[in-house]
Amino acid sequence: MNFVEAVGLTKTYTPKGAEPVHALDGLDLSVPRGTITAILGPNGAGKTTAVKVLTTLIIPDSGTATIGGIDVVKRPDDIRPIIGVSGQYAAVDENLTGFENLDMVGRLYHLGAKASRARAKELIELFDLTEAMNRPVKGFSGGMRRRIDLAGALVTQPEVLFLDEPTTGLDPRSRLGMWDIIRSLVSQGTTVLLTTQYLEEADQLADDISVIDGGRVIARGTADELKASVGGQRVELNLVTPDDTAATVEVLRRYGNAEPAVSNDARTVTVSVARGPEALQLVLRDLEQRNVALYDAGMRRPTLDDVFLRLTGRTTEETDSEESKEKAR
Amino acid sequence: MTASTATRTDAPPQPGPAARWLNDGWITTRRNLIKIKRVPDILVFTTLQPIMFVLLFTYVYAGVIDIPGSTYNEFIMAGIFAQTVVFGSTYSGSAMAQDLKDGIIDRFRTLPMSPSAVLIGRTNGDLLINSISMVVMMATGFIVGWRVRSSLIEAIAGVGLLLLFAYALSWVMAFLGMMVRSPEVINNVSFLILFPLTFISNAFVPAETLPPPLRVFAEWNPVTSLVQAARELFGNVPAGTPIGDSWVQQNPAFAVLIGVAVILIVFVPLAIRRFSQVTSR
Repeated sequence: MNFVEAVGLTKTYTPKGAEPVHALDGLDLSVPRGTITAILGPNGAGKTTAVKVLTTLIIPDSGTATIGGIDVVKRPDDIRPIIGVSGQYAAVDENLTGFENLDMVGRLYHLGAKASRARAKELIELFDLTEAMNRPVKGFSGGMRRRIDLAGALVTQPEVLFLDEPTTGLDPRSRLGMWDIIRSLVSQGTTVLLTTQYLEEADQLADDISVIDGGRVIARGTADELKASVGGQRVELNLVTPDDTAATVEVLRRYGNAEPAVSNDARTVTVSVARGPEALQLVLRDLEQRNVALYDAGMRRPTLDDVFLRLTGRTTEETDSEESKEKAR
Repeated sequence: MTASTATRTDAPPQPGPAARWLNDGWITTRRNLIKIKRVPDILVFTTLQPIMFVLLFTYVYAGVIDIPGSTYNEFIMAGIFAQTVVFGSTYSGSAMAQDLKDGIIDRFRTLPMSPSAVLIGRTNGDLLINSISMVVMMATGFIVGWRVRSSLIEAIAGVGLLLLFAYALSWVMAFLGMMVRSPEVINNVSFLILFPLTFISNAFVPAETLPPPLRVFAEWNPVTSLVQAARELFGNVPAGTPIGDSWVQQNPAFAVLIGVAVILIVFVPLAIRRFSQVTSR
C-alpha cells in the first residue's frame, strides 16, 4: 500500500497585478512504505509547494493528501508527530548551539527532557556534528547547518521524511556526505520523499522518480526508465566558431537517434546516440574531414535537461528564465 | 484507519492541550532567553538606551519646561518609562519577521507543538527585556533625583501596568511582523506607529500645552492614560494639578487595563491565526 498518497492537488497563487500562478495543477503522488521517491523538476515546477502541502504548512485549493491513511488537511495534529521535514533553507536557530537546536526540537515533539537530550547527543555523533555541539550555529558553514537541520528532522525517527532539495547550494563534498546519510536512512527502512533539480541526485538515491512541471507530474519511472526515454548516452561537441554549427548538426543527424539539440550560443551541439564510443569516433572522423574545429568533444549521460527537453520541448534554463521574467514583473 | 494503527509504537505519545501549551511555551521562552544571553547587543541596547533617555531628557529639557509644583525630572520619568517599554515591544515584530525569513517558522509549524507557543515565547522575551530596562531606568532616575512618593505597593502596580501594556503591544507587533515579513521594514512600520503614539501624549510635556487637535488625540491616546496612571502610582503628580473631567482622565489605570484587554482579545487570536497559516518564502 502507498504510505504517502496525493491525488489531484491544486494550489493557485494570485500575486497582485499579475497572472495567477498554478503552483500545483492536479498533482498526483504515491510513495510506498520504506521506499525513496524523488520529485524532479526545475525551479518553479511546484516541488516546494507539494512538500508544504504534505507537511501541513499550506492547505491545497483542492485534492486530497494522506499519510498512513491520515488526511493531511483535516488532521494535521495527527500528521505532525509522525513526519520529519528538512527544508530548502536550513531552519535552525542561529543563536542556539547544535545541541540546543536538536534538544529544543525533541522537547517540542514531547519526547521529554531526558530523552530529548539523549537523542540530541546521539544525532550529533551520528551526523558528525561534534564541532557544533556547544557552539552557536551562527558562523558554521552551509553544509554544517544543513546537517543540523536534517538531524532535526530525524529527532523522532519519523515514519516519513520529507527533504526539499537537500543538497542545493552545497559544495560537492558536502553533497556526497548528504547522499551517504540519506542512503543509510533508507537502508534502515525510513520512507523518504525528496525533491531535487538534479537527475543525478534522483538517480543516486531514488527508487522511483516523478518528473514535474507546471505543478503536474509529466513522467514517472525509475532513473533508468527516464534516461532510456531520452536515449541512453549523448555525444556533446563544443565548437570553436558558431559558423560550423550547421555542418555539425548535419553530421550528428547521421549518427544520432534523435534530432540534435543546439545551445543558445550555437556553440554546443548534442545528440543522443545508441552506441556511444563508436558513434563518437565516427562523428569525429567526419568533422575532421570537414575541417570543423572543436574545443571539446565527449560522451555524457542524459541530464534533467535532456529528460525535460524531451518531455516538454523546452529546456529547464528556459523555464527558469520564464520564471525570472515572471518575478521581475 | 485510525491514528493509533498508523502510528508506530515508538512515536512519542502527545500530551493534552494544557500540558502541551505549558511545555511548548516554556521551551520557546527558553529559546528567547538564550538569544538574549548570546546576542549581547540586545542587553547593551536595552540598558544603555534608557540611561541615555533619562539623561537626555532630564538635562536637556529640565530647564525649559516648567512643571508647576514639581520638577521636570520628577514629571518626565513616567514618560520615559512608558516610551522605553512601548518601543521594547518592537523586538517581537522584528524577531517574528526574522524567523519567517530564516524559515524556522516552517520547522516549528511541522512540529506537534501548540500553535501559540512561538508567540508566547517571543512576547515573554520582550517582557524580560522590558523588565531589565525598567530596573535600569528606575536606578538611573533615582540618581538624577526622581523619587517614588507613594507606597511600595502602588509603585509595584505602576511598574506592572507599564510592563502589561508593553506586553499587549508585543502581540500587536508580532502580528505585524508576520504580515510585513521583512525584519527591516517592520522596524519602520513600528516606528511610524509608536513615535506619534508616545510623542503626542503627556509623556514629555503636559498635554494641556499641545495645540487643540493634538490635545484631543493626546487625551484619548492610551499612552497618555498609561503615563498618567504611572505618575499617579509613583506619586509624581503634585497636589492641585488639574485633571481633565473625561472618564479616561479620571480613571487612567482602569482605562489602561481596558485597553490592554481589548488589544489582547483582538491581537492574540489574530497573531495565532496568522502563525498557523504563514510559511516562509
